[in-house]
Amino acid sequence: MHNENQSLIFEISKEGRVGYSLEALDVPEVDLAELLPTNLVRAEAAELPEVSELDIMRHYTALSRRNHGVDSGFYPLGSCTMKYNPKINEAVARLSGFANVHPLQDESTVQGAMELLYDLQTSLVEITGMDEVTLQPAAGAHGEWTALMMIRAFHEANGEGHRNKVIVPDSAHGTNPASATVAGFETVTVKSDENGLVDIEDLRKVVGPDTAALMLTNPNTLGLFEENIIEMAELIHEVGGKVYYDGANLNAVMSKARPGDMGFDCVHLNLHKTFTGPHGGGGPGSGPVGVKADLIPFLPKPVLVKTEEGTYHFDYERPQSIGRVKPYYGNFGINVRAYTYIRTMGPDGLKAVTEYAVLNANYMMRRLEPFFDLPYNRHCKHEFVLSGRRQKKLGVRTLDIAKRLLDFGYHPPTTYFPLNVEEALMIEPTETESKETLDAFCDVMIQIAKEAEENPSIVQEAPHTTVVSRLDETRAARTPVLRYQQA
Amino acid sequence: MKHRYLPMTEQDQKDMLDVIGVSSVDELFEDIPEKVRFKGLYEIKEAKSESALLKELTALAAKNKDTNANVSFLGAGVYNHYKPVIVDHVISRSEFYTAYTPYQPEISQGELQAIFEFQTMIAELTGMDLANSSMYDGGTALAEAGMLAAGHTRRKKILVSEAVHPEYRDVVATYAYGQSIEVVTIPQKDGVTDVDALKELIDDNTAAVIAQYPNFFGQVEDIQVLGDIAHAAKSLFVVSSNPLALGILTPPGQLGADICVGDAQVFGISEAFGGPHCGFFAVTTKLMRKVPGRLVGETVDGEGRRGYVLTLQAREQHIRRDKATSNICSNQALLALAASVAMTALGKQGIREMATQNIAKTRYAKNAFEAAGFTVAFQGAHFNEIVVKTNKCVKEINKGLIEKGIIGGYPLGQNYDSLKNHVLIAVTELRTKEEIDALVAEMGALHA
Repeated sequence: MHNENQSLIFEISKEGRVGYSLEALDVPEVDLAELLPTNLVRAEAAELPEVSELDIMRHYTALSRRNHGVDSGFYPLGSCTMKYNPKINEAVARLSGFANVHPLQDESTVQGAMELLYDLQTSLVEITGMDEVTLQPAAGAHGEWTALMMIRAFHEANGEGHRNKVIVPDSAHGTNPASATVAGFETVTVKSDENGLVDIEDLRKVVGPDTAALMLTNPNTLGLFEENIIEMAELIHEVGGKVYYDGANLNAVMSKARPGDMGFDCVHLNLHKTFTGPHGGGGPGSGPVGVKADLIPFLPKPVLVKTEEGTYHFDYERPQSIGRVKPYYGNFGINVRAYTYIRTMGPDGLKAVTEYAVLNANYMMRRLEPFFDLPYNRHCKHEFVLSGRRQKKLGVRTLDIAKRLLDFGYHPPTTYFPLNVEEALMIEPTETESKETLDAFCDVMIQIAKEAEENPSIVQEAPHTTVVSRLDETRAARTPVLRYQQA
Repeated sequence: MKHRYLPMTEQDQKDMLDVIGVSSVDELFEDIPEKVRFKGLYEIKEAKSESALLKELTALAAKNKDTNANVSFLGAGVYNHYKPVIVDHVISRSEFYTAYTPYQPEISQGELQAIFEFQTMIAELTGMDLANSSMYDGGTALAEAGMLAAGHTRRKKILVSEAVHPEYRDVVATYAYGQSIEVVTIPQKDGVTDVDALKELIDDNTAAVIAQYPNFFGQVEDIQVLGDIAHAAKSLFVVSSNPLALGILTPPGQLGADICVGDAQVFGISEAFGGPHCGFFAVTTKLMRKVPGRLVGETVDGEGRRGYVLTLQAREQHIRRDKATSNICSNQALLALAASVAMTALGKQGIREMATQNIAKTRYAKNAFEAAGFTVAFQGAHFNEIVVKTNKCVKEINKGLIEKGIIGGYPLGQNYDSLKNHVLIAVTELRTKEEIDALVAEMGALHA
């Protein structure tokens, strides 16, 4: 264990060192005081670090060693689909013709980039069973909001602007209700039933003439397929609402069920989950939205189209569009990676992805079932949720189990979510992990369950091997220190 | 079929099915109603081998005219700048790029500290008290700033200068519609925000005044005047800024900005056909608890060692759900890392030198255009962009330029009726004197 503090880059700065190289100025020098109004000339230089190139590389290499990625080890973080991030994707995204094109170049000079996007759009239309896809949203939550804005525009265009309620299950991701608020809707929560699925009777109670949409993740955050989906969609459609598919868990159903066939009117995908865009330590993502025909007029501007001549064109003549949701055309670099992945896998590969993801999850669930409470005992899809309530009675909380996993080099599962399971542990192995990896992880989980009975303090005091032990989050929030200040 | 990303063997599958107690994988999907079950395979292109796919996509990329092989004078919010090679080496470390959001701080100290350093550098450059961990891009960051202002002031109107990036203004309008907020444009006059018009438009329902610094035309506006007018009406003052320019310009935080946003693409991030780039969001302390997105804060562990955690999470969607200050979840963390490395490489001296070179080269271009008989539309102080008047459709001129390996400027007529046949030319530190001379000569020839 390291005992010293890791230096901040500012703490290794020394006046006079540089880490850059610019050509000498080849045009006449300028006097800033002459060219700029006096009050707009910066008086004090910004305190950026002064370090050599090797200093920089060592600093960030040291930081990287204090970080855990999928390449470092197993990362069964539920609902985040931490699968392998293919290296060809990185190579393709860095090709100069993709990395170094400006979004405002004349369309005739970027046809290759537009062709790729169009082909990706077309593939996602097929995968989702929708009629049209926009690649503009930058991430999942951005896609949710984009789709809700389209639903709002649709209702308003039909003279039904009074529809102001969005129904969200209690097991939904927090972004669902937050996106509904940002789109100007009120959220109505619908309960889960004893099987972990949306309670149809409760849904019946909350639908009505003010229903704008139902947002649904399917399989839901418990990893369970909402088998009443047809009935639910009919219920919403009968009252004139739209049904929205949160694609966070699409990895569970590729080639098995398409949102468009299940009755959904629109869908967002997380290309940084199912389609291997790396998570980057929190982003960037890409959150394309697919819609059925009646929502097409409301797609954000511009819409990428293929002309009769076979060229590609950004269409801005969309009078009913909700407008622009992002400058330019989305997180192109992530879209390139997702496209490369789809082309690598092909139709057979994507089917195998889902089958193995679901097989892996069910296998782990059955291996762990004797040692942890399994609140919903039925086949899961790509992930499953255990409850740590048995261990809680022994004084070991789910948080402790998560921290103990760190000692074995694993990233823990998602904890305390979904909210409708006490002491939840949400485990998503993905299809890219081998049986040996799954077994080794299960063995450790079983060992921790035994430790909880025989030697709880080793779990309660974990982690023991990380560069820092548990951090004081209360202090961080009570007296926020959000930037370095020179002493 | 065997696939290099899928380690499952037939034996594995058999053993696993046994443990589960089913005889086939299909049984695991029986909860999908028969009526909606997808049968068969997607009608998408067949899989390709690694080398064949790389070959195909390399050819596809080569169909584009890129800013490496061509000389670019196109800016308008996205710039062709010096990218220290070290940036790509750092962000290629897979401990960073294959990690998720740092929810487990004990094994995410690297990412958390890097973001803490990013927050510090952005706060330092903008002159604001604090900055968040990043936003999708400058445009959505600006929209979120407008929404924050409306929520904070409980007012329902925002005034946006016409000299703000047109695509950013479009994004603001979309977000504002969702929140039933009225957006009113403050006209530009002589390439800067019309102060008299602002005085007319502002009222006690104005949540925010939004300006850009340097503005969309490259002009360095005296934003302090705008901020004073905003504050007199108890509105917030929101500034969208190019952080490279802040290497030499007085930071918005010292000119009255309550919120400063922008895009850090100028720091080591590829143009990448518009994204991913790196929005930033910086505020005064009084708005700290209303900031959208993630914040990293410093704390200590049980042994007193310094460490970093995600903090003030009571603002965020995963805690507050429909009461959150924003719906943002994923951000642009990897790009924030890239920008941090570039800001570190440039450092205290480099950012000044690079920003000054931008002004000097743009000034040289301005003089060269005027010497060649062109009119440069606005004569105020500029950063690295100028507006040049031509006597032809700019798109036509650009078609001629690309034949010569030059990517021309942005045609302003598509957004501004008064600026038909005007082109926005960006001149960064990467453009040489010879390249600028060639641009002026070629435009002169196409002009004739």
